[in-house]
Amino acid sequence: MARIEFSNVSVDFPIYNANGRSLKNHLIKVATGGQLNTDQQGRVLVRALENLTFTLQDGDRVGIVGHNGAGKSTLLRLLSGVYFPSRGSVKINGEISSLIDISLGIDHEATGRENIYIRGSLLGLSKAVINKNIDEIIEFSELGGFADMPVRTYSSGMHLRLAFAVSTIVHPQILLMDEWLSVGDEGFKEKARTRMHELVDKTSILVIASHSKEQLLQVCNRIIWLEHGRILMDGDATQVAEMYFSKKP
Amino acid sequence: MQNNPFSIACLDLAAAVKRRALITLLAWQDIRQRYRRSALGPFWLTLSMSVMIGAIGLVFSQVFKSPAQDFLPFIAIGIILWTFISNIIIEGCTGFIAAENIIKQLPIPLFVHILRMVWRNILILGHNIVIFPIVLLIVGKPLGLVALLSIPGFILTTINLTWVALILATICTRYRDMPQMVASLIQVMFYLTPIIWMPKTISAHVSGYLLNLNPVFHLVEIMRAPLLGTMPTATNWLVSIAMAIIGSVLALAFYGNYRRRIPYWL
Repeated sequence: MARIEFSNVSVDFPIYNANGRSLKNHLIKVATGGQLNTDQQGRVLVRALENLTFTLQDGDRVGIVGHNGAGKSTLLRLLSGVYFPSRGSVKINGEISSLIDISLGIDHEATGRENIYIRGSLLGLSKAVINKNIDEIIEFSELGGFADMPVRTYSSGMHLRLAFAVSTIVHPQILLMDEWLSVGDEGFKEKARTRMHELVDKTSILVIASHSKEQLLQVCNRIIWLEHGRILMDGDATQVAEMYFSKKP
Repeated sequence: MQNNPFSIACLDLAAAVKRRALITLLAWQDIRQRYRRSALGPFWLTLSMSVMIGAIGLVFSQVFKSPAQDFLPFIAIGIILWTFISNIIIEGCTGFIAAENIIKQLPIPLFVHILRMVWRNILILGHNIVIFPIVLLIVGKPLGLVALLSIPGFILTTINLTWVALILATICTRYRDMPQMVASLIQVMFYLTPIIWMPKTISAHVSGYLLNLNPVFHLVEIMRAPLLGTMPTATNWLVSIAMAIIGSVLALAFYGNYRRRIPYWL
């Protein structure tokens, strides 16, 4: 059973290269009486998330909405285990996979086949699993003879199809996405859509950050609305979506 | 909850070891990427190293008036091992910085990036070490059984380098001036360590300080001495073992303490 529990989670980013600590800035601060948001040690801090408390359970299809800078990406990184909270506690039960930046790790000089191994291993797939799936991945991505050519010779469409095909062979209990994945031309889009829905159906918990109302209403049953790092609303997808999208100018 | 620094670090290390297939794949990838589309491929490493050893060997055997039979093998293995040591330390500084993209997107144990860098340099050492038997053949110097002792020496040195790289990677992620400092320090260490000069060429009085107080000397010696047909001293072994144990424990505690901050520093 997959489960995610956030209690009073805050995330502060220390900004070290903002010259916040240089002597010159310090003197200017004294002279102008300006206020910098600093901690006890005098570091400049940006608070990305503040006091988030929520629980996600099996069957939750959660959309994350909010304007740019509301903390959506930071929240996804907390969920994926990349960040640890500055305060509060995050408990995650279940295997997580993220479909954020699906091109990460792709080496342009290596062949498509080699890249399938690199990308697959980064996602935590064993060599045996990749061996078993490689023909299917190549077929799905419609690479044909290009599978053994360096990726730099690929069109951007082929590149994305390859990244998509490898990244979606995982079967995690918790799936994270930044915007719904949709790649390729019309024909491939349909195939990709089917594949994505299959993947989502198999996962226990889906968390997706999105700006598309249509997409959110189609897959989500719950939406969390973030604003300035705080939860503004958390509830039924239709209700929150109505509120969020109607408030927009 | 496992929250003390030491267990955080050990769990991270254990998780990284579990993903050794990823580590070796990425390390090979690094090397292949560097030499892709070149005809010789990674053997460029071997070739450029040979040229360097040949040049330095020729010049300095004249400067020190040492017989080539002694000096050439000495300088060949010295430069090969020094390259291994200095590369791990210098690349250790950017161990996490270079993997920023991965660290910020995927929850892969951070130790993977350190071990990938160490493994990459072991592979490079593997390409370079083939020069040494060729040099021995050229000068007609035999390789005794004692050479096998260089294997435990190599393992011990690698452990020492790994913990140094771990500490440096952590500090350098936070303080971006550190890599430059380390690079210049390494430059100085190259001249302070007997790599291009032989220990016997300086007076015993000076060498006591210059050699025994230099940790790098001991690490070089436990690998190099057996390959040149002599036993490393007991001091060499003791210092290397002590550094490996104390250093690893300190490095794990240090790393564990900052492990969770590292993604924020990138």
